[in-house]
Amino acid sequence: MNFFKRLVLINFLFVSFGANAVLDIKITQGIEQSLPIAIIPFGWSQAANIAPIDISSIVNNDLARSGRFDVMEEQYLPQQPHNFDDINFGDWRKLGMENILIGNLKLDDQGDYDVSFRLIDIYRGIEIASGRQTVKAAHLRRVAHQISDVIFEKLIGIPGAFNTRVAYITVKENNGSKLHTLQIADADGFNAQILLESKEPLLSPSWSPDGKKIAYVSFEGKNSAIYVQDVSTGQRERIAAFPGINSAPDWSPEGSRLAMTLSKDGNTEIYVMNLRNRSLQRLTNHAGIDTEPSWSPDGQKLVFTSDRSGGPQIYEINARGGQPKRISFDGKYNARPEYSPDGKFITLVHAVNGSYRIGILDLANGAINTLTDARLDESPSFAPNGGMIIYATTGVRGAQLAAVSTDGRIHQRLGLQQGDVREPAWGPFLK
Amino acid sequence: MFIRLILVIGLSSLLFGCSSDEVKEEDPVQVEDRSSAATGGAAEDSGAQAYGTDDGSTSGFSELDDPQSPLSVRIIYFEYDSSEIQSEYRSVIEAHAAYLIRNPSTTITLEGHADERGSREYNLALGERRAQSIRQQMALLGVASSQMRLVSYGEERPAVEGHDEASWQQNRRVEILY
Repeated sequence: MNFFKRLVLINFLFVSFGANAVLDIKITQGIEQSLPIAIIPFGWSQAANIAPIDISSIVNNDLARSGRFDVMEEQYLPQQPHNFDDINFGDWRKLGMENILIGNLKLDDQGDYDVSFRLIDIYRGIEIASGRQTVKAAHLRRVAHQISDVIFEKLIGIPGAFNTRVAYITVKENNGSKLHTLQIADADGFNAQILLESKEPLLSPSWSPDGKKIAYVSFEGKNSAIYVQDVSTGQRERIAAFPGINSAPDWSPEGSRLAMTLSKDGNTEIYVMNLRNRSLQRLTNHAGIDTEPSWSPDGQKLVFTSDRSGGPQIYEINARGGQPKRISFDGKYNARPEYSPDGKFITLVHAVNGSYRIGILDLANGAINTLTDARLDESPSFAPNGGMIIYATTGVRGAQLAAVSTDGRIHQRLGLQQGDVREPAWGPFLK
Repeated sequence: MFIRLILVIGLSSLLFGCSSDEVKEEDPVQVEDRSSAATGGAAEDSGAQAYGTDDGSTSGFSELDDPQSPLSVRIIYFEYDSSEIQSEYRSVIEAHAAYLIRNPSTTITLEGHADERGSREYNLALGERRAQSIRQQMALLGVASSQMRLVSYGEERPAVEGHDEASWQQNRRVEILY
């Protein structure tokens, strides 16, 4: 723990963006060796008017929030160049700055926006990445996140996951009853949108691999049922409402099948539904609890939770069926497994002395590393770049979302302004 | 005067029981309300709960509405991560089974629940297995399976909202709903 510095200073409150801004993201713990970078406010062609969006501040927030960058505050910038030739390298080197981002935003004749950026290596005095695209105003935030992704990949070595979305469930009191909503928001908490509201519980959102649909469980029919909803049109379809439990949907990597838990044949078993013809293939056959299937990234295997050995543990099974193999042996309670995007790790809920924490199981040796230290953590979900895990944590203020880097060094808190927020599912890379 | 006062109290509790029963049938979201009433006193946490007759009349208690009857016990509690029925509930389950056998047109819903610890989907399965234990026991006693409907809410509908063992104890339960 003494490697870490506490960074409680970064606190972006997005309330000024009205009803669309709900998540308040804090870095509660960053890394000591974070990378110095300066994000210069972008040039803007219509000096008389205010730019529709502050691209540099979005990039700034993305990078700072990741915990891996030490972003220079605007007031300390020695200069604010917009073009390569205007950079005074000597000034930046004196400050120990390693990289700076410069860029320009221009309004063109068609009313579209031309965004260009250049990432500069100060020590070598060269450009190491650049990009340019013309977009409608509505897409400028997305472009800013794409710039963050480029910087992250160039300097950290893995793709950034800023241009992504997160699905989650909120619950709040509403005149003595509860209101449950399924929402999605950009990974920085902006553009939160409600996909479904219900008086009855909702859980287990799962993204289709193309990010266009979400499967989830709803109790609106007085029993669990699985629905698939189109994110852009809002159209939805109930695809599983058998007697008993219909739950834990998980989309196959190629997008044509949905693994799920059904108890229609007596007790909870893992099934795979072909989404084209709704045919079901039963994978497990055991009197114990079998639930929470998660596909391996290559679609060859699934992991799931089973208490066939007594308490809940993680098992792996071939996607065509066969004998499940137990893969978790550390501790008495391991559940809710999900493969990492590279298929080498599994994140799970791991109980330690009566506290439920987020763990990461290394499939190479079976070791479980505990990443969090609260009492009631659950529902871990990998970012598509494998760098962070988002999860739900319950404390005195109710349930909130949090994220932790897979090495356990970076911790973020994502809080709703009111009510509980839980069941996060990090969506795929957006095109 | 004193007698009249008792009568008034008796009537009002009867009415309360009545509305509580309706709430349970019509709007499951409000199961919260009824259950949070049970947090008022530790004595009530053992599960005993009275229900009034539907017409509010003081005459003609049915067996189901008799607070002295084991049928008034409608909640079976469980140990952590367990669906084993504890011996103290045997007489309660036997009483419900006997009633259902005498009244073959009556159906019940066995609603399984879990405490909030651990993963939600596992808890959903655990809630179902608890309800299945009760169903299995009742079936062994001769109740027709067509008289019993099962539903699990896992940890999604806690009776009590707290994050401690005292709350968790009351959330690991199967509710018998007539």
